[in-house]
Amino acid sequence: MDALMLSRLQFAAATFFHFIFVPLTLGLSILIAIMETKFVRTGDEEYRRMAKFWGKIFIINFAVGVVTGITLEFQFGTNWSRYSRYVGDIFGSILAIEATLAFFLESTFLAVWIFGWKRLSPKLHCLCIWLVAFASNLSALWILMANAWMQHPVGYTLRNGRAELTDFLAVVTQPFGFQIFFHTLSGAYILAGFFVMGVSAYHLLRKQHVAFFSKSLRMGLVFALIFSLAELVQGHIHGSEVAKIQPAKLAAMEALWDTQAGAPQTLFLIPDEKNERNLVEFGKIPGALSMLAYHSPTATVKGLKDFPKEERPPVALTFIAFRVMVGLGFFFALVTVIAWFKRKTLESSPRFLKLLLYSIPLPYIALQAGWIVTEVGRQPWIVYGLMKTKDAVSPIAVSQVGTTLAAFILAYSALGAVAFYLVAKHVRRGPEPAAAAARGEG
Amino acid sequence: MLETIWFLLWGILWAVYFMLDGFDLGLGTLMPVVAKTEIERRLVYRIMGPFWDGNEVWLITAGGVTFAAFPTTYAVMFSGLYSALMLILFALIIRGVSFAFREEVNNPRWKAVWDTCLVIGSFLPALLLGVAFANIFHGLPIDQDGIFQGTLFTLLNPYGLAGGILFVLLFLVHGVLWLAVKSTGELHDRAAKLAPKLWAALLAMAVLFLLATRRATFLYDNYMANPLLFLILAVTVLALVMIRVFIQKGAWWRAWFASCATIVGTTLFGVVGLYPKLLPSSLNPAYSLTISNSSSSPLTLKIMLAVALTFVPIVIAYQVWVHHLFRHKTGEEDLEHEEGY
Repeated sequence: MDALMLSRLQFAAATFFHFIFVPLTLGLSILIAIMETKFVRTGDEEYRRMAKFWGKIFIINFAVGVVTGITLEFQFGTNWSRYSRYVGDIFGSILAIEATLAFFLESTFLAVWIFGWKRLSPKLHCLCIWLVAFASNLSALWILMANAWMQHPVGYTLRNGRAELTDFLAVVTQPFGFQIFFHTLSGAYILAGFFVMGVSAYHLLRKQHVAFFSKSLRMGLVFALIFSLAELVQGHIHGSEVAKIQPAKLAAMEALWDTQAGAPQTLFLIPDEKNERNLVEFGKIPGALSMLAYHSPTATVKGLKDFPKEERPPVALTFIAFRVMVGLGFFFALVTVIAWFKRKTLESSPRFLKLLLYSIPLPYIALQAGWIVTEVGRQPWIVYGLMKTKDAVSPIAVSQVGTTLAAFILAYSALGAVAFYLVAKHVRRGPEPAAAAARGEG
Repeated sequence: MLETIWFLLWGILWAVYFMLDGFDLGLGTLMPVVAKTEIERRLVYRIMGPFWDGNEVWLITAGGVTFAAFPTTYAVMFSGLYSALMLILFALIIRGVSFAFREEVNNPRWKAVWDTCLVIGSFLPALLLGVAFANIFHGLPIDQDGIFQGTLFTLLNPYGLAGGILFVLLFLVHGVLWLAVKSTGELHDRAAKLAPKLWAALLAMAVLFLLATRRATFLYDNYMANPLLFLILAVTVLALVMIRVFIQKGAWWRAWFASCATIVGTTLFGVVGLYPKLLPSSLNPAYSLTISNSSSSPLTLKIMLAVALTFVPIVIAYQVWVHHLFRHKTGEEDLEHEEGY
């Protein structure tokens, strides 16, 4: 393997790992903020215990998210120096703005929240977690705007052998960026909602802390329901945007080889990249792909064969990841809608509670699959249409990248195992007893 | 002009990062020396707790600004310093999580693991950042294509190592003073006793480094050309001396502020000497990266300047507020609180 492949694997591993921990923090921070707001408004001590219980999980996830995020920022320079030089004028400034506007706010006020229970008035303390929630989501906005620019570069001109900024507003307000933002954020909120529901279900199944976790479950459910449904609509809009600006990605998502009018959606197929065809195909819905992509059953959808071979993304991976994401998306909507109708009897329905418990990993899988579609589907480009990934890598030695990749995998596996162990331990222990919390010793 | 402003801002951001993270990197390194009991160790963590993460964001910002304002420098510097930077990153990873993980399991061996992570994770970045910056002052073997012709061991030359040791000592003094400011009782006494010793070592190293800089770098050229600039060096040396004066008086806050000035001064001394280069090439001066051949477009620099001038003061304001909020000394009663990780 060469430095390019190793660097790609390293970046993929680092992003994958980072994105296990970050989505939960995006949604959970909001839920914790709502819990603490309810405490401030009603004085009900239980909401404070809820904020503290879920807060601990947030802190563990945040810690891993932060340390793995720094690595990502620095890897653009260490492993992708040609990319950095080519796009730093635009991409670098977005990252710098993210740190200045959002990450300072998030890190500083999280520390105040953690250490300030006694030193701040309840209102001010509650404001801190709102600031953390706001800042983490703002941070996501900037990062995803930076990613959107790699998907669909705008507001630049090619000058001095690189992409230079010509229109800052075009870069930071591009509609496709907001599509990615809402799509990713809804996914993160679904994940947080399912996480809270699943953990609550764990205790409700054991009839422990019933009032505490019934309330938590309800909040997680409302959150997951809203965003599961929103994601169905938004995901569709997002998909048709992809069709317009990244037709090769769309063709790979659907494993569509031949350009055709009235392209069908195939429910099941096995792509055969070598021979540019699909091995098995069944469940064709005529015109459905044209309809979904261009809102007309007769519209022409460009197939993979109409792209030069060296400009096609890996088909099988993109295709499978897309199917997994969409399938799970429908599953989330179904589960949350059923749960909503059963909401009065959920606590006494062990089968459904078990379903919720075992569903915890699913949004994680869906989100990772989504990233695979986004990033693998963009290949061979690092910046769509502008720069290929193979031209972006640093002039570094294979041995260097090989060593750090191995170190990353080792360190991240250990870190992941420890974080999982700590969250599981905390979840199993459950919230502090009400009396202790009231005395202020948690 | 814009490039020069950004060059200065770039230097200042790194200086502020060293000044802020310096005290918790230093204190983290010193932990096993100053904290003898479990309670004392918890106190040391507690003393860094509300600040370390906010401090580390300055590193991300300094890195981000290098990327945004001088993308070519960012690309060449970060890929050239690959192994050193990766070591710093791994160190910061194990260090960052140790704050959140240590208190989660009540088992001495578990805690010992994270204490080790804290010490290594604090010491290595202090050392390697010093090594990296000394090498930047000295120049890296960069060819005409911006490709680094060396290895990690190229960086570990005598001058680079001297820079590393200087940084470690700067941060150790900074950290021990912070501990003296924030603690009471035995912990405070131990810090107070250690401070003058560390200071003496720092003084010796600083003199050595200044002399070595004359031999190993071109930093003094700017100073000779414009002797007024020697004021920076004078203020830095004065601040270094004042640390000792304030230690003698037991004026710990003042000693800590003098230490802040020493760290900022040391960084700026190097940065001003570098100007207009960001990364000198040791192979051929013509291959050096400067503010004119590695900066972003004027439009980006202007926008970034507006962002920085608006938001960095806001960041400073709320971080100062946080220091004010947690200005008290930390004692055992704080550990009884529910506050904490």
